[in-house]
Amino acid sequence: MSAKEQRAGIALTITGGQLYDSERGLVDNPGLLIRDGRIAALGAGIHEAGDTLDAGGQIIAPGFIDLCCNLREPGNGQKGNIRSETRAAARGGFSTVCASPETSPVNDSSAVTNLILDGAEARGAVRVLPIGAITRGLEGELLSDMAGLKASGCVAVGNGSRGVRNARILRRCMAYAKTFDLTVMFSPENSSLAADGYAHDGQVTTRLGMLGIPEVAETAAVMEMLLLAEETGVHLHLSQISCARSVDMIANARARGVPVTADVAMHQLCFTESALAGFDSRFHVRPPLRSEADRQALLAGVRAGTIAAIASQHLPHDSAAKQAPLPATEPGLSSIETVLSLGLELVQRGELALADLLRSLTSGPAGILGREADIREGAPADLCLFDPQARWQPSAESLLSVGKHAPVIGRALPGVVTLTLVEGQPAWRSA
Amino acid sequence: MTANDPSPTHLQLTRDGQLRHFLTLDGLERPLLTDILDTADSFIEVGERSIKKVPLLRGRTVVNLFFESSTRTRSTFELAAKRLSADVLNLDISTSATSKGETLSDTLLNLEAMASDMFVVRHSQSGAPHFIAESVTPGVAIINAGDGRHAHPTQAMLDMLTIRQRKGRFEGLKVAIVGDVLHSRVARSQIRALNELGAEEVRVIAPGTLLPLDVEDLGCTVEYDMARGMKDLDVVIMLRLQKERMEGALLPSEREFYRLYGLSQEKLSLARPDCIVMHPGPINRGVEIESAVADGPQSVILNQVTNGIAIRMAVMSMAMGGQMAERQQKLAGQQEGRA
Repeated sequence: MSAKEQRAGIALTITGGQLYDSERGLVDNPGLLIRDGRIAALGAGIHEAGDTLDAGGQIIAPGFIDLCCNLREPGNGQKGNIRSETRAAARGGFSTVCASPETSPVNDSSAVTNLILDGAEARGAVRVLPIGAITRGLEGELLSDMAGLKASGCVAVGNGSRGVRNARILRRCMAYAKTFDLTVMFSPENSSLAADGYAHDGQVTTRLGMLGIPEVAETAAVMEMLLLAEETGVHLHLSQISCARSVDMIANARARGVPVTADVAMHQLCFTESALAGFDSRFHVRPPLRSEADRQALLAGVRAGTIAAIASQHLPHDSAAKQAPLPATEPGLSSIETVLSLGLELVQRGELALADLLRSLTSGPAGILGREADIREGAPADLCLFDPQARWQPSAESLLSVGKHAPVIGRALPGVVTLTLVEGQPAWRSA
Repeated sequence: MTANDPSPTHLQLTRDGQLRHFLTLDGLERPLLTDILDTADSFIEVGERSIKKVPLLRGRTVVNLFFESSTRTRSTFELAAKRLSADVLNLDISTSATSKGETLSDTLLNLEAMASDMFVVRHSQSGAPHFIAESVTPGVAIINAGDGRHAHPTQAMLDMLTIRQRKGRFEGLKVAIVGDVLHSRVARSQIRALNELGAEEVRVIAPGTLLPLDVEDLGCTVEYDMARGMKDLDVVIMLRLQKERMEGALLPSEREFYRLYGLSQEKLSLARPDCIVMHPGPINRGVEIESAVADGPQSVILNQVTNGIAIRMAVMSMAMGGQMAERQQKLAGQQEGRA
């Protein structure tokens, strides 16, 4: 029996708790009936034979959507795989993840896209939307088969974490992507300015003698990309921005009508360069954690909607990748299981409203992908239920991801995801 | 707002504030720095005896773990350990294990299996001694002999010892550090030590390409013009300039650098008449310093080398003492637990 057939006929009624979606905001749950993988009815007095769930004290939100997740499959089994990382995603409340093109081989052809989608169908816990490589092998030189990638199911094309060699190729990438109405997702970094750096060029690098990545390595790339997007008219999505000035430039471009959107990784909203003060290699991330002023500006960008999505930038590693002096370690955090909890800490500190947090995890990223994330009759039952008051303590043993280098280990965090549904099917259920 | 205590203090001090590793001068306060200088003073006398040994580290094994070669620093550490009666093993790792693909963690596990008591670490990557201190078994002391651009705390302390010998104090002193501050672990440690010990002013004198971003935050003033920067100085510290700095478009030529920032007799005459001249070595004559100045009456460059042995003896004996005290406390705690 296929998964689709299994879904048929199962009914679940959820009562109590609060319901969030971008249209209503946070309201008391009027009663929610799920049947055949869809939201069948909303409202008082709905009744159906089947299971009933009391969501008292919990928030029912659309399943979270992650614009930047590394599943590490194909090619990096020691760091993660579709089974482990989609389970980690479901545990974090995500029902949909965009898979980075930075696999081995790189996702620059229909064959690799199909491999990822087949793997997700067979072993995935959540919906996987592949992002294609914008250049062949992500080498920044030759165009990838964008039309083929789109036809196979890629929702966008991007550069992963690698630079594009020069502005002429960047311009052609955008013009070609525009032909097929493909969104281009770029993490902006000027590689000649970033050079061998691995930390924000600022107070901490100056004191500790680390090699810095200057702010201008990002802002120069953002400016160049904004001008090229304006010229080509392509939908440009700037992924994982880290600088205050980038937020300003994006807001200006949006005001001019340039079709640009942006996301930020949750860890950029929670931590700063000072996390590296003890040479803690877990916080070696790219782009680097920047100053407190940058963090404040990124939060303001999320509140204002300039940055429409918060991503996990989940990048799991085997332990050896982080077992070295900081400069020799690989960048990246195993983060998808703690995104919600770190966000709720921001809410508790009054730095972000709960509605802004939930919007940035649901309708924000959905809009960037041209999808919907609302709780309405007839929509797929992709839902996340979490208890914002309950606490849990991430540990290397308890994380589902192969990557154990989470930003917070051993500290009690707010927010426990109790149930993640993908088309009505439980992808995660807390014990 | 970090997940853990980011300060290195907890790593290098015991609960009673004794040294157990020596990784950086960050977080070490004036009484401890003075204690290091005083201890070193007491060891200077040992170097003047005909039998230059004290038994403080007898039966201990010190491993000189040099991932980056350095004849001078390694020799002074070796001499210091031997004068403390330790057994010394010199390992030049830059050419052996790591080039065969062994990770640093694996190298360490192998060395620990040889029951060493102390690693003296020189590494090209900032933070490597921190990493090693965090990963070794408790009881093994780590001494930083220079890591990347981060810190070279024993060099800075021997410089402080030299200054104290000549000037008798730190209060009221104006000190300049000249040259490639950007790439210099020595300069970072010196700025920190001078600030903590109470120097009146620390100036860095260099072109913009050789200064880290916002270097003033370290506790120094910036001067691009050397003639202005030499005014009223009590101490001038010259830094070594690596030849490869011309390649990365940091400097146009050695000649222009020497003309602008090299220490000549003429420039030295702009400082106070009793200004001392220091250099961590090895010196590039005619690049950062004129020969006549390096060999002149105001130069204390060779005193620095002599003081290097005493400072390293002080730091090694103090860190081993801290480790021992901690071990005894732990044993006492266990016995109490059993009783």
